[in-house]
Amino acid sequence: MIIEGKERIWKDYQKDIAEDNYYYARSCIRQNFFPGSEATFLRILISELGKDVYDDPNHTTCTGIAYHSDIVPLETTMTVVARHFALMTSAGYKNFVPSCITSFGLYTEIIETWYEFPETLEKTRENLYKATRREFEIPDNLAHTSDIIFKYRNEIEKKAKYKLVNKKTGEPLKIVEHIGCHYSKMFPHKGIGGAEYPYVLAGMVDSWGGSVIDYPERRHCCGFGFRQYAVKANRGYSISCSKKKFDSMAPYKPDMIITNCPGCPYFFDRWQYALSEMEGITYGENGNGIPAFTYEEVAGLVLGYDPWDLGLQLHQVACEPVLDKMGIDYIPENKYKGLNNIDLGKPEKATHLKFY
Amino acid sequence: MKNFGYTIQNDRQIDYDKNDTKLYDFVAESEKSIRTCIFCGTCSATCTASKFTDLSLRRIILYLKRGLNESLKKEIESCMLCGKCNLACPRGVNTRNVILNIKRGIEHYEL
Amino acid sequence: MAKKNVIVIGGGIAGMESASYLSAMGFNVTLLEKSNELGGHLLNWERLFPTMRYGKQVIDFLAKGIDFEQINKVLNVEIKSIEKKNTQFCVELSNGKTFFGDSILITTGYDLFDAHRKEEYGYGIYNNVITSADLEKIFMSGNPITTTDGKTPKRIGIVHCVGSRDEKVGHVYCSKVCCVTGVKQAIEIKEKMPETEVFNFYMDMRMYGMHFEALYKKAQEKYGIQFIRGRLSEAAENIDGTIVLKVEDTLAGRPLKMNVDILVLLVGFVPSKGSKEVGKLMGLNIGINGFYKTKDQHTLTNVSNIDGVFFAGSCTGPKTITNTITDARAAASSVASYLLGFDLHKRDIENHEEFWLYDSK
Repeated sequence: MIIEGKERIWKDYQKDIAEDNYYYARSCIRQNFFPGSEATFLRILISELGKDVYDDPNHTTCTGIAYHSDIVPLETTMTVVARHFALMTSAGYKNFVPSCITSFGLYTEIIETWYEFPETLEKTRENLYKATRREFEIPDNLAHTSDIIFKYRNEIEKKAKYKLVNKKTGEPLKIVEHIGCHYSKMFPHKGIGGAEYPYVLAGMVDSWGGSVIDYPERRHCCGFGFRQYAVKANRGYSISCSKKKFDSMAPYKPDMIITNCPGCPYFFDRWQYALSEMEGITYGENGNGIPAFTYEEVAGLVLGYDPWDLGLQLHQVACEPVLDKMGIDYIPENKYKGLNNIDLGKPEKATHLKFY
Repeated sequence: MKNFGYTIQNDRQIDYDKNDTKLYDFVAESEKSIRTCIFCGTCSATCTASKFTDLSLRRIILYLKRGLNESLKKEIESCMLCGKCNLACPRGVNTRNVILNIKRGIEHYEL
Repeated sequence: MAKKNVIVIGGGIAGMESASYLSAMGFNVTLLEKSNELGGHLLNWERLFPTMRYGKQVIDFLAKGIDFEQINKVLNVEIKSIEKKNTQFCVELSNGKTFFGDSILITTGYDLFDAHRKEEYGYGIYNNVITSADLEKIFMSGNPITTTDGKTPKRIGIVHCVGSRDEKVGHVYCSKVCCVTGVKQAIEIKEKMPETEVFNFYMDMRMYGMHFEALYKKAQEKYGIQFIRGRLSEAAENIDGTIVLKVEDTLAGRPLKMNVDILVLLVGFVPSKGSKEVGKLMGLNIGINGFYKTKDQHTLTNVSNIDGVFFAGSCTGPKTITNTITDARAAASSVASYLLGFDLHKRDIENHEEFWLYDSK
């Protein structure tokens, strides 16, 4: 691997990211999959970095899942997206920041479509006005939430309590980075680092002391997609995709996986459990799996947030090996305690995957 | 019917004169770029679904051109429409739209 | 009558051979070259298809013409401006010198495609991915072919059409020489390392030249070189530094992956930087593919849009060594005819724009 070669490509794929005043659009599924992540994003931006973020309760799905499953036509999707832009406009914001990768990809695709085919923009304005009497401006700046964390990665590093380093050996943690397909595979110039060697997550890992692994199946799909998971008959395909990636990354002995898509961390996490039950395979050391995190969770760990506040107890692959390697101070007994110390109950023990 | 202990073999030959190209014509009408396919296989090499299912867009386009619509009907169901092939095609074929139009055509002609 | 002056811009093989012929036909010739040596790309190429002749022998042959004819060679120069007044051209160099010519022959050649642009192939990122030009450098150095950690490769993959016939990099044309270069280099590898397996990945094998097909057959028959019909979609690095390739084995109809120790990218021709600069200075017409546009595809193949300015060699499109040398002589006779007052290059032919080729509507 020639790192200078990658750096040259990264230079070719930079993008403008707004400094402040963000209109935040949550994801449909992230709050169920990894409930601490979006709260952590807001905590980092507002409390740590002092930014102005508007978390609007009035926006809806972008229709991304339905759009990519051919259920909702593009015209409808455009109108829904236009409504979000109208909400942003009426709230007095110009910088749109979606939490979901598919939303980000869809907003990008729609803005590009409006640019290439102005008649579709006019039609959308008309549709939205007829349906809601709303009018909208296209955002000045559209960035994914991982772009924002990337932008402020060095500020986060300055406030860091922990590094992505094995405290005992002093070695950087070996980290697999995986971007969501809709981040830059459709529009390489809209993603930091492009599509082939994306830098958005690798940059965070670099800043926070870890080292990135480039393994042969790095570009392969995580197995989520929508069609492959939404239809049960296709799920075998979904898990096979994930397995292909695990088999390919395992020889590098990764300490963790970092992701920026709603689906990828979920499938990397849950399918490791399913694979361990179906075939008895575990991909980490001593019966552990390879913990899969969102970038907000990793940022939260680096900033010294309580792992249980980050929602790491909801991972099926236990996060404890990583916490121990980083030397994070945490209380194991609090893992299954909710707010006000209410007992959340424990999940059933897995047959092969190590349980804490 | 008498059984003499042997069978009359089905003819495997592609009979080009009986080539039913209506599905191909349907697709080519709305997505002209399909005509420029040179069957290099970049689409099928980059295809995520082809690794686990019997899916090859290159072969589907060939079947389409030969009017072997029956053979491609099941195969195309494996496509997840991720669009990766669109990024890779050296001839600039709009592969995603090709697939969507094949599906539309199958419905249109009730194949 | 005073001897007329011709300025030849570019000291590759086209420039060398046309200069010799123009001088032999009685003109004063000045040959301008930006580097410190004549020979162009051929200086960096060890052997030539299909005969395996050394490139140097061809350069030496061409140099004999240059020396015999006492051409005014001007090396290490860059052109600052070119002006035309009436029928006279004034070429000013960045070192302040000026040359006057009655005609200009442009032989600014091509550049090799920058393989970094096919990001998914990992050139400049993965250690054991090299280009056909890098391989020639190794051949010329006489060093053994090894992986970056010094091992003898057990298997080498050669990829055709890198930067050619690819809309994704904006080059739709065929570079003409890569197919047979792939066969030639595969044979050279096998001659040096008979134990190494060599695979060529191709879309079409374009063996159009005399004896090319024989070379292809020899590669299979004598050397056991293998050919897989499938275009590379991506390359990645394995933990041991080998390269994993993903193609479709289109004849088997299944995706195929293969580990190779070294991956060779057959890089194609792109219009040279020099051609672009000179084209801009003079207002020469550029064709759709970025090479100079000749006045006609079939007949006026050395004639530019400016009276008195002619082209030779691969500045008008990819050419083999043989094509280039022939073209150089043809260009010399076009220039000579013009300078002697004939109007052969002004013959009328109905205009066929190349544009229609690229318009599918």
